[in-house]
Amino acid sequence: MSTTQQTDAAVIHPFDHLMRADRLPHIMCAGCGIGTVIHAYARAISESGIEPDRHVCVSGIGCSGRAAGYVNVDSYHTTHGRALPFALGIAVQNPELTVTVISGDGDLVAIGGNHFIHAARRNANLNVICINNFNYGMTGGQVGPTTPVGAKGTTAPKGSVEQPFNLPHLAKAAGASFVARWTILHVRQFTDAVLRSMQKKGFCFTEVLSPCPTSFGRRNKLGEGLDEVELYRQRSRIENGAQNLEELGIDIVNHDEPITLGNFVDVERPGFMV
Amino acid sequence: MPAESAVQESSAEKSARVLTGSHFMLGDHACAEGALAAGLDMFAGYPITPSTEVAEHLAVRLPDVGGRFVQMEDELASIAAILGASAAGARSFTATSGPGFSLMMENIGLAAMMELPIVIVNVQRASPSTGLPTMVGQSDILQARWGSHGDYGIVAYCPSSPQECFDLTIDAFNAADRYRVPVFILMDEVVGHMAERVIIPAKGEIPFVARKGPTTQPGEGQFLPYAPDDDLVPPIAHAGEGYKVHMTGLTHDERGYPALTAETHDQLVNRLVDKVRLNAADIVDFEEDRVDDAETVVIAYGCTARSARAAVNQARAESIRCGLLRPKTIWPFPEQRIRRLLEAGTVKRFVVPEINLGQLRREVERLTQLPTLGLNHAGGAMPTPDAILEVIRS
Repeated sequence: MSTTQQTDAAVIHPFDHLMRADRLPHIMCAGCGIGTVIHAYARAISESGIEPDRHVCVSGIGCSGRAAGYVNVDSYHTTHGRALPFALGIAVQNPELTVTVISGDGDLVAIGGNHFIHAARRNANLNVICINNFNYGMTGGQVGPTTPVGAKGTTAPKGSVEQPFNLPHLAKAAGASFVARWTILHVRQFTDAVLRSMQKKGFCFTEVLSPCPTSFGRRNKLGEGLDEVELYRQRSRIENGAQNLEELGIDIVNHDEPITLGNFVDVERPGFMV
Repeated sequence: MPAESAVQESSAEKSARVLTGSHFMLGDHACAEGALAAGLDMFAGYPITPSTEVAEHLAVRLPDVGGRFVQMEDELASIAAILGASAAGARSFTATSGPGFSLMMENIGLAAMMELPIVIVNVQRASPSTGLPTMVGQSDILQARWGSHGDYGIVAYCPSSPQECFDLTIDAFNAADRYRVPVFILMDEVVGHMAERVIIPAKGEIPFVARKGPTTQPGEGQFLPYAPDDDLVPPIAHAGEGYKVHMTGLTHDERGYPALTAETHDQLVNRLVDKVRLNAADIVDFEEDRVDDAETVVIAYGCTARSARAAVNQARAESIRCGLLRPKTIWPFPEQRIRRLLEAGTVKRFVVPEINLGQLRREVERLTQLPTLGLNHAGGAMPTPDAILEVIRS
């Protein structure tokens, strides 16, 4: 994007001002979905009606944790697992800011799992985007808290034997005001969920499924990034407002299992220091 | 100034940020009042003996003066939350003790790397591990200096009385903002749970050092959040001010962008260490009593310095030429003062009583070949004046 020498206004991307173009090219692998998430976040900022100067992006560690480094808002790339309490500190100190946490499944619900449930319990005024790629990608494909039973990782070479978290169910049970699940194929719906989070007070959570062909896909015969996106298309069913979240876990490696998406929860709860 | 605290505790004064007057006050409460007087905006903490009274006091006082108090789910969250608040411009604070301090170590490194000013009080108890939760210790001295991985600079104060809990907490906030480093107040259980007279000055007499901000307006040229001035400290821009800063725990360049090279790393880490090391003369604080002609110099801090003072007085009464050097900043250590004493040549030996197995004694031994005697207890009890006197006499 930034490598072109043309300065003609016609070739400038509409979200160029929301990206740190001087940091591109990014570090993500071919077929990774994180770029799509960043794009959706930028679009949501643009459509939010809230000045970019009032947006803050916080992330933890891992591939998804690098998201904060590419968006041109005040952005903080924190320690592993601690993005949520760091973000809470910003939101508490300056309730005028729209604080969004973008991080991965390992960061948010393994090493940061305690912070996740407590931020939801408090209904802290945070928007959380959890990029779920079912494994620890940056460290080379270890199993994590969302890895389906039977899926392989370098630390479970014969397949994971642990039950994974069902993130929307977890978020709802912990008290989130808004809960959604989309994939990077469902860009419009995902962007709208992020936008809804920005316009709503309280703890808003969106899980977004994203391919990690390098570390997870190839080891689990899901093919290239595009193949996994095709798999999302084939197996997704949308059920907004689904009540039975406990039954809607994801088994990405079992091709008979549907993947249920939607905006599941949108309720009003007393806010935390808003 | 009213004679005693009863007047000051009236409900009308409850919303005053600075409780000007004379009080009979617990060390932990004096520390909390010092934070309030320093302009504390945000506290996040987790209960732990013997520091809990700091949090409890602020839970009552801070919201009444317009600040925010949050009890977090653990100490990992507490320090992360005060870092976030600091990034948004707050003077932020947490209170803990050994086990909680251990949990905070990783983000102490993040504070150093992002150069976010924070203040942590560690009311030390007997350690390691759970140790003696309600009993005194001074064994986190080296952890405070070296506890997080890597090289970085910090400042640590060590109060010996409730009055100093108040005074040094104010100094701690000013040092944190002045140098953009994590600053610790290493109290101990005895000082934290001791009540004594505390004089709180008028609001206008509380020293205040503001953070250095950008000299340009947002959007006016590129603001470099990690371009240091001559004092090695870069100006800080906060979340929401329009500068669109990026902060990371990764090695970064002057733009704050990850720059993962050995050269950038070496330059950055040296600066993080040097901004304390080269400004040490301005930071170091100590009190001394009759050291100039002393052959035996006792170096003591925190509650132990109280016993040491009594021991030195008694020894002087016995015509023993001894004195007391009491660091108020443990880090940076008053190294230059000790070097000057050594150059003067009068001192023949040092005595370092402490409630650990010789942590600060190592620092003294590093500076001198002269005999350096410890008087050590692993924790739970403090050395008596008689025990210190016996070492001085020996």
